[in-house]
Amino acid sequence: MTVGAGSNPGAPTGLGVRPSRAPDPRRLTFLALALPAVAALALLIVVPLLFMVALSFRPDLRGELLSPFVPTLKHYEQVAETFSYWRLLGISAGMAAIVAFVATAAAFPLAYFLAFRAGRRAGLYLILLLVPFWTSYLLRVMAWKLMLGTEGVINSGLSSLGLIDEPLDALLYNRNAVVVTLIYVWIPFATLPILAVLGRIDIRLHDAAADLYSSPWQQFRRVTLPLAVPGLAAAFLMVFIPTVGEYVTPLLVGGTGGSMFGNIIQDFFVRAANWPLGAALSVIMLATTLVLVVVGLRIVKPRRLLGI
Amino acid sequence: MSTGRRPRSGLPRPRLPALRGFYWLMLGLLYLPIVLLFVFSFNSNTTLSFPLRGFTTDWYEKLFATPALLGSIRNSLTVAVGSSVAATVLGTMLAILLSRFNFRGRNLVAGLAILPLLVPYVVLAVALLVLFTVLGVDRSLLTVGVAHSIVALPYATLIVLARLIGSEPQLEDAAMDLGATYPGTLRLVVVPMAMPAIVSAWITAFTVSFDEFALALFLAGRDQTFPVYLIGQLRFAQSLPILISAAVLLMTGTLTLIVIADRIRRR
Repeated sequence: MTVGAGSNPGAPTGLGVRPSRAPDPRRLTFLALALPAVAALALLIVVPLLFMVALSFRPDLRGELLSPFVPTLKHYEQVAETFSYWRLLGISAGMAAIVAFVATAAAFPLAYFLAFRAGRRAGLYLILLLVPFWTSYLLRVMAWKLMLGTEGVINSGLSSLGLIDEPLDALLYNRNAVVVTLIYVWIPFATLPILAVLGRIDIRLHDAAADLYSSPWQQFRRVTLPLAVPGLAAAFLMVFIPTVGEYVTPLLVGGTGGSMFGNIIQDFFVRAANWPLGAALSVIMLATTLVLVVVGLRIVKPRRLLGI
Repeated sequence: MSTGRRPRSGLPRPRLPALRGFYWLMLGLLYLPIVLLFVFSFNSNTTLSFPLRGFTTDWYEKLFATPALLGSIRNSLTVAVGSSVAATVLGTMLAILLSRFNFRGRNLVAGLAILPLLVPYVVLAVALLVLFTVLGVDRSLLTVGVAHSIVALPYATLIVLARLIGSEPQLEDAAMDLGATYPGTLRLVVVPMAMPAIVSAWITAFTVSFDEFALALFLAGRDQTFPVYLIGQLRFAQSLPILISAAVLLMTGTLTLIVIADRIRRR
């Protein structure tokens, strides 16, 4: 790690089970809490994902979903051979990366402003920024449609001002519209992890840097920025993960040319009813995401972020 | 640097008016579409375009005369109440486990509790659809509710966990020294102390569920939740103003809840 941002005074100290005073009076409580919680996590999170993986090796959907079957790799082979799937996966990951990068880049100055410049009003400014995020996601996407459509606010506004004759139709129903909409939707959310990290920076570090004759720019580049990296990475991931699996926003503003990898998964489950192939595609998407997350968590160090 | 004069200490100094300007510019961009929705929900024109025609509350009246829409809102409320209670109870149990006990597999449990944040919704939707099909459970509000409990669980766990980690364990030691049993200590000391966080977790879980559609689209049966209904109706241009007025009403309700949650958490 870089410069330590001060230890956490609230770190768990006396939390563990008391050392070797058997039998622990808390044992029953522990079991009463742990058994249902772990059972729920297993049944609702682990088991469904395992079923999904199992389904992806199933030759077809004949018979009961749980009935024994001879595992086959044919769906993975089919995916491997179909270039357009990989292309779409690449495009989706690329779109998610652009969205996450731009949203993070735009959120950083906002978080910096809130952490260091907003003064006593910081709380109010933060809430103002978050209100749009708390507004219904669909509603915001709908609002973008109103803004960008051929009969939308921008076009009708421009033409009633006499600035354009023909409506601009490049604004909606393509990949750019999806990317712009998603960036717009995620910027407030991306501010939060960055703000959390900036808020933990010990102000004395700036004093120290100033004592050592660093210019404000050097202070920013060599103190603030390195300490903000976990927050920036967290913001990137928190936008990237939901975005890479998007399928609704492309349906709403992407049109036919704007679909993402999530859309073909949805198609195989809803329209085409080829569940095993859809499951294989889901497994590939999950694996891709988790690999990226593991790489990302190396950078983020979530314990530092939470202050645990 | 060369002057050798020591820069003023403290925060990096220059006022950077650009930062403030950027903040307000972003705020404007973020609010513009929402403000437009408000405006159009009172506009008498049936298409959502300029110029505005005139003020009307017709859309709000029509909204209350559309049973399918009202039904979907009721469904959403049912799902949100059920799933948020489930997520909060489970999240609180997990937060107590993770903050007050050392046990083997602790990291695994923590990882599983936040896993739903790391799995794209479409994948989770697929996995749950497979699970429910295997179990022979028909798609219904119940299946949507289960899905929403899962995605709200990480938020609930983290909110309560943050409070429990920040609190002092001495109080609990004192309670037990005074003869309280451990379950008694949890009930009389730990849970009351975490109550603001628990309420905040519940409200957060509620809003997560109420707004959710990626899972609901896969898992809802004939009873649609409001976002699912909304997506289905977006195709029909003539119903758009009514949908917008409904969404504006709900937005006001959600915001009220969130502001309350925020107040409680800061207490």
